Amino acid sequence: MGQIRLNEVSKSFGDVEVIRPLDLEISDGEFVVFVGPSGCGKSTLLRLIAGLEDVTSGRIEIDGADATAVPPAKRRLAMVFQSYALYPHMSVRKNIAFPLRMAGLGKDEQMRKVEAAAKTLNLTEYLDRRPRQLSGGQRQRVAIGRAIVRDPTAFLFDEPLSNLDAALRVNMRLEISELHQNLETTMVYVTHDQVEAMTMAEKIVVLQEGVIEQVGSPMELYSAPRNRFVAGFIGSPTMNFANGEKAAGHGAHSIGIRPEHLSISTTDGAWRGTVGVAEHLGSDTYLYVHLADGQGTFTVRAGGEYGASHGDTVYLTPDPAKIHRFDAAGLRIE
Amino acid sequence: MPTQHSRVKARLMISPAVLLLLGWMLIPLGLTVYFSLLRYNLLMPGMEQWTGLTNYRYFLTDPAFFDALRNTLVLVVGVLAITVIGGVLLALLLDQPIWGQGIVRVLVIAPFFIMPTVSALVWKNMFMNPVSGLFAHAAKGLGLEPFDFLAHAPLFSIILMVSWQWLPFATLILLTALQSLDSEQLEASEMDGANYVNRFFFIVLPHLARAITVVILIQTIFLLSIFAEILVTTTGGPGTATTNLTFLIYAQSLLHFDVGGGAAGGIIAIILANIVAIFLMRMIGKNLDA
Ligand SMILES: Nc1ncnc2c1ncn2[C@@H]1O[C@H](COP(=O)(O)OP(=O)(O)O)[C@@H](O)[C@H]1O
Ligand SMILES: [Mg+2]
Repeated sequence: MGQIRLNEVSKSFGDVEVIRPLDLEISDGEFVVFVGPSGCGKSTLLRLIAGLEDVTSGRIEIDGADATAVPPAKRRLAMVFQSYALYPHMSVRKNIAFPLRMAGLGKDEQMRKVEAAAKTLNLTEYLDRRPRQLSGGQRQRVAIGRAIVRDPTAFLFDEPLSNLDAALRVNMRLEISELHQNLETTMVYVTHDQVEAMTMAEKIVVLQEGVIEQVGSPMELYSAPRNRFVAGFIGSPTMNFANGEKAAGHGAHSIGIRPEHLSISTTDGAWRGTVGVAEHLGSDTYLYVHLADGQGTFTVRAGGEYGASHGDTVYLTPDPAKIHRFDAAGLRIE
Repeated sequence: MPTQHSRVKARLMISPAVLLLLGWMLIPLGLTVYFSLLRYNLLMPGMEQWTGLTNYRYFLTDPAFFDALRNTLVLVVGVLAITVIGGVLLALLLDQPIWGQGIVRVLVIAPFFIMPTVSALVWKNMFMNPVSGLFAHAAKGLGLEPFDFLAHAPLFSIILMVSWQWLPFATLILLTALQSLDSEQLEASEMDGANYVNRFFFIVLPHLARAITVVILIQTIFLLSIFAEILVTTTGGPGTATTNLTFLIYAQSLLHFDVGGGAAGGIIAIILANIVAIFLMRMIGKNLDA
């Protein structure tokens, strides 16, 4: 079991309300990602669930029981910190065994579980090393190992990959997803990186300034963002927005169109512009097109072989079915 | 990378300083060794004569020497124990967010700035005096017999005074170390099910190991040569109850006017201090490599 329910939970530090009262439901076995810009309260929300911060108001239920006042150790949740928070003076083995030791398990039992966890995480060779003798990815795995051995009802991750280099990040992303498939335990994962959110989540919670903007599956957020913030935050490269005349034509205050939903032509189309920068990624080419009417720059995804360069005149045409319309308050118009 | 040429030049240029320092150390040491081999009594000036190792034999077989050795050991270990344990506890306390933290910290540091003679006199006359001291008043207030600290527990009294002086130093260093502890480590251990006591012994104390080592090493150096506190309170007595090695050497040279014997004691003290230093470095120095 690993079901978590937040009911009207809020958190203030002094006068600053960092988390506005919010409701959230996380079902058993789900992989939930909290995503949002830096400082929006993702870590705070995670720490509230963990019990490392006290809620200012509201109620937290874990597996149906009120856990609002339950101390962190008793919530049966395991957390992986951004800094990994390994104990530097203990060997990897002792680090992983620490929660078991605190739980008063026998030595043999401890070692058996540690060996098993080490095997899952490819850490067997490193069990007698100290954390500082390990690479970033290995430390990350030790931190995960320490979480696994406790057999928690849910895992909490706070930006676990942000200290790794890009290649390793992709690897660890896969490993964590795989771990979730194998363990089928609830995982709550915090990140500011929307790519991580899109690739790993079953359910994404988009936060901004302590408010939940939208909750949904990655594809729901991608195809039907509830407002301009979510539309701009999810998807890479980010959505193009236009106001005024272009939007009025579609009966909206503003419209958004993703780079992959614009078609490009050198002869005719809806909007004319000149190519500023062309980024050739091999599989795709991203063109940054300055619109002729002076209404900003649009990003367009073209094929990998697309040969355009600085100064070329091009015409852009949006796929009418893929235009997102927003009203004056930034909310989606269906 | 320095070239061969520049390295030679560098050595040449620091050599005056090195020579000066060497002389600074070697000349007094040489003179002390020389005096220790003479029969040299201030009451009989001009009658110095070569006696070989006699001074050493007398000093080492003097029963006062063994008392002094024991007292030195008790003094050093006692003060170290009080300051390290007290320092850790005080640091834990001062690390808490409390009202008036700044002022409390300054107050805690204050004893370190008071001269040893002054603090010893204050302790002796204002606190421990069996007639007019504060402790005597407190005891009388509770209906107890006042305790004459310096007469009945002289060494303990000195340990108390010296500990009071060195506690701020230990507290300061340990507090700094405590503040460098990553709070996520504490939170991780909290989630791992460690209660306050476990967190202290498994996370905080190992983190402080290095700072404690530094405190022990530095304090040992200074505590081996405690002198002022003894001179102004007990002058080594009653009997030899508070005579440490430093004070014994002083007594030998300037109270018994036996410069030769005092010098021999000095050389013995240097040898013992070095043995202690090597021992300490071996035992806890490995904490510092990490
Ligand atoms: N212990 C604290 N005391 C005061 N303010 C805090 C504390 N922790 C976080 N905050 C504030 O709360 C806001 C959200 O922080 P955080 O949850 O860490 O953001 P995120 O993880 O999304 O980057 C930030 O503005 C931060 O300054
Ligand atoms: Mg954060």
